[in-house]
Amino acid sequence: MTETLILPDPVAPGTDAVVRSVLAQIGDPVGIDKPRAQTRVVVAMSGGVDSSVTAAVLAGAGYDVVGITLQLYDQGLALARKGACCAGQDIYDARQVADRLGIPHYVLDYENRFSESVVEDFADSYLRGETPVPCIRCNQRVKFRDLLDTARDLGADALATGHYARRIVGPGGAEMHRGQDPGRDQSYFLFATTRAQLEFLRFPLGGLTKPQTRVLAAHFGLAVADKPDSQDICFVPNGSYAQVVERLRPGAVVPGDIVHCDGRVLGRHQGIIGYTIGQRRGLGIGGLSDHDQPLYVIGLDAAAHRVIVGPREALARDQVEVAEVNWLGDPLPAANGGEGVAVTVKLRSTQTAAAARLLLTGGDRARVTLATPQYGVAPGQACVFYQGDRLLGGGWIRGTSSNFVA
Amino acid sequence: MAADTLCYLDYNATAPLRPTARAAMIAAWDVAGNASSPHSAGRAARRIVEAARAQVAAAVGAPPAAVIFTAGGTEADNLAVTGTGHMVVMSAIEHDAVRLAAGDRAVTIPVDADGRIALTALERILSAMSGSALVSVMLVNNETGTIQPVAEAAAIARRYGALIHTDAVQALGRVAIDLRRLDVDMISLSAHKLGGPKGVGALIVRDGVPLRPLLRGGGQERRRRAGTENVAGIAGFGAVCAEVEQSLADQVRLAGLRDRLEATIRSADPALVVFGATAPRVGNTSCLAMTGVAADTQLMAFDLAGIAVSSGAACSSGKVATSHVLRAMAAAPDLAGSAVRVSLGWGSGPDDVARFTAAWLGLRQRTRPDRVA
Repeated sequence: MTETLILPDPVAPGTDAVVRSVLAQIGDPVGIDKPRAQTRVVVAMSGGVDSSVTAAVLAGAGYDVVGITLQLYDQGLALARKGACCAGQDIYDARQVADRLGIPHYVLDYENRFSESVVEDFADSYLRGETPVPCIRCNQRVKFRDLLDTARDLGADALATGHYARRIVGPGGAEMHRGQDPGRDQSYFLFATTRAQLEFLRFPLGGLTKPQTRVLAAHFGLAVADKPDSQDICFVPNGSYAQVVERLRPGAVVPGDIVHCDGRVLGRHQGIIGYTIGQRRGLGIGGLSDHDQPLYVIGLDAAAHRVIVGPREALARDQVEVAEVNWLGDPLPAANGGEGVAVTVKLRSTQTAAAARLLLTGGDRARVTLATPQYGVAPGQACVFYQGDRLLGGGWIRGTSSNFVA
Repeated sequence: MAADTLCYLDYNATAPLRPTARAAMIAAWDVAGNASSPHSAGRAARRIVEAARAQVAAAVGAPPAAVIFTAGGTEADNLAVTGTGHMVVMSAIEHDAVRLAAGDRAVTIPVDADGRIALTALERILSAMSGSALVSVMLVNNETGTIQPVAEAAAIARRYGALIHTDAVQALGRVAIDLRRLDVDMISLSAHKLGGPKGVGALIVRDGVPLRPLLRGGGQERRRRAGTENVAGIAGFGAVCAEVEQSLADQVRLAGLRDRLEATIRSADPALVVFGATAPRVGNTSCLAMTGVAADTQLMAFDLAGIAVSSGAACSSGKVATSHVLRAMAAAPDLAGSAVRVSLGWGSGPDDVARFTAAWLGLRQRTRPDRVA
């Protein structure tokens, strides 16, 4: 039987000054006008450092914390071992943390929902020549929909996650803001959060840096304090997503030509899913250059199974068509002008936001005009709109074009 | 009742230890001998084992020599199902200890919508088979509490020269078992469902049934099950078997509690579905569906309210799998996915039922589809 730890009062005298300052920075992580012991907060615990610290902070602050870990995919799938009913290391870690914190913890089997809502879409998106972001779909369709509903069913007042994003209550309700640490900001992955979901969500770590989170992990005595950050996409072992797509859609991965944008056939490829817009290395056409000009993937033609390459200039895009737009900002002026509103946009998770004008074009669509062309804008990625640190919304990149004249 | 006391309604998973079992085990733990040793200490241990063997045998009307002590119901089922080498014909609602031990070659007897095995199907299967068969039909189903027509199945098995085994793990102390009347060749029992210790059970085998042991080594249990006897566990098992009559007498009280539980919920939710309710059922079990609310959500909500119930068969990781029992009963998947099992036992009282029904109705209210998001 695991001994339940009595948590130290997080701001007790004698607590390390660094810890005190980090906890002070978090403040009240929930902000509901109700006794904390009667305020139930479900924490989505992945077994990683961030969500473990989230649970610890909330438990330490006296909330009625319930940990839930989602089993999203068969841990043994990579080894083609079907029906394995054993919890993976992450689930084990989450359970250990919950035991240490003395909070109830449950594992929910979401394999089917995850497969239907995230993995299938991931495969189809790649086969369309896109570069999908399954983590966004997972937040949108699994964590913030099904898990959030379950949290409500359990009588919870809020659902907390370890994301580095900030939820700030403004005059019009809850707003989504970037995480304080620009290197850790995960708001890009949360653009599809609805207003109703955001009202219910909490991101206690949004104001912290990763080192600060690790300080808290050590303070709370969590065994995961030194656990490395997760890499890549959780259900893709070793980053070999082509293998995953091939397993899900046997026969759909078809070899074809690598074609220069001037029409020359430069070589063959084993399937467009091995390529992404803007990719320069590993094109498999030797030399990687054309009259000493490096070549980039500038297009993926799924219908013709062609990878189109060209010089860097051919990647430049300043027009982005965005679909399935989710809007979290204040309502835009009705006319919205012909000019659109000034925003900054992120076109991939690792990019810094670029100046642009945003025009909502009706329905759930939008057109983004970039102030300066961007290189490597890939359909399937998200285009997320910001004003300052506030996330206004975002959508999926459907098409790109260029009015820019070089 | 205070919310910090546990409302335990999961007796079909395991029962709290009965005081008599605890006392018997504590006494046995102080006996140093190995029951196979010829010295006095060994003889003292042997006396404990043989006294318990007589108690277990008496509880089911078997001769003591027919009792093979095992490390629980699973081992007893595995020994029965694999030990004869016969082709296995089993019901679709058997416990995994039978299903998975029987392997891929096993033939399945379907069940009706009320969860009782189809005897005509058994007859058809046996009439079409060549070679030796072992029929395995549980006496009481763990998920729904339905009582299976094992005596009728045994008569059919006899007609076709087949052997018959019954897993009576959920039946002991809940329905009267008398092997002088119930004509089976093997019967599996477990101590802990009745309030004995976990990790001890027995397979009771009719004289002359050829059985290949699972465990080889010493000559314990008449060379049918090697390994030094779990003397204390066996003592605890014997002690609870000595209370089988009281347990059987208590079933009327438990059935009253269970019926009140179902009636209270049904009065608030007339569409309530109780699986197996139209079949003969043991008095302690109710498998009921809260439509539209996933079973795992219910389990969490009840647990957070200090109430222990169960859903499907819990696997080692705590995951909940879809119930093969409800599937075999042709239950709609959504309905099966919202079924929770409540099972009462010797420590259960009206307060437990009241707490459960209040929590059930509260959760039902909270999760109505018209709930404001």
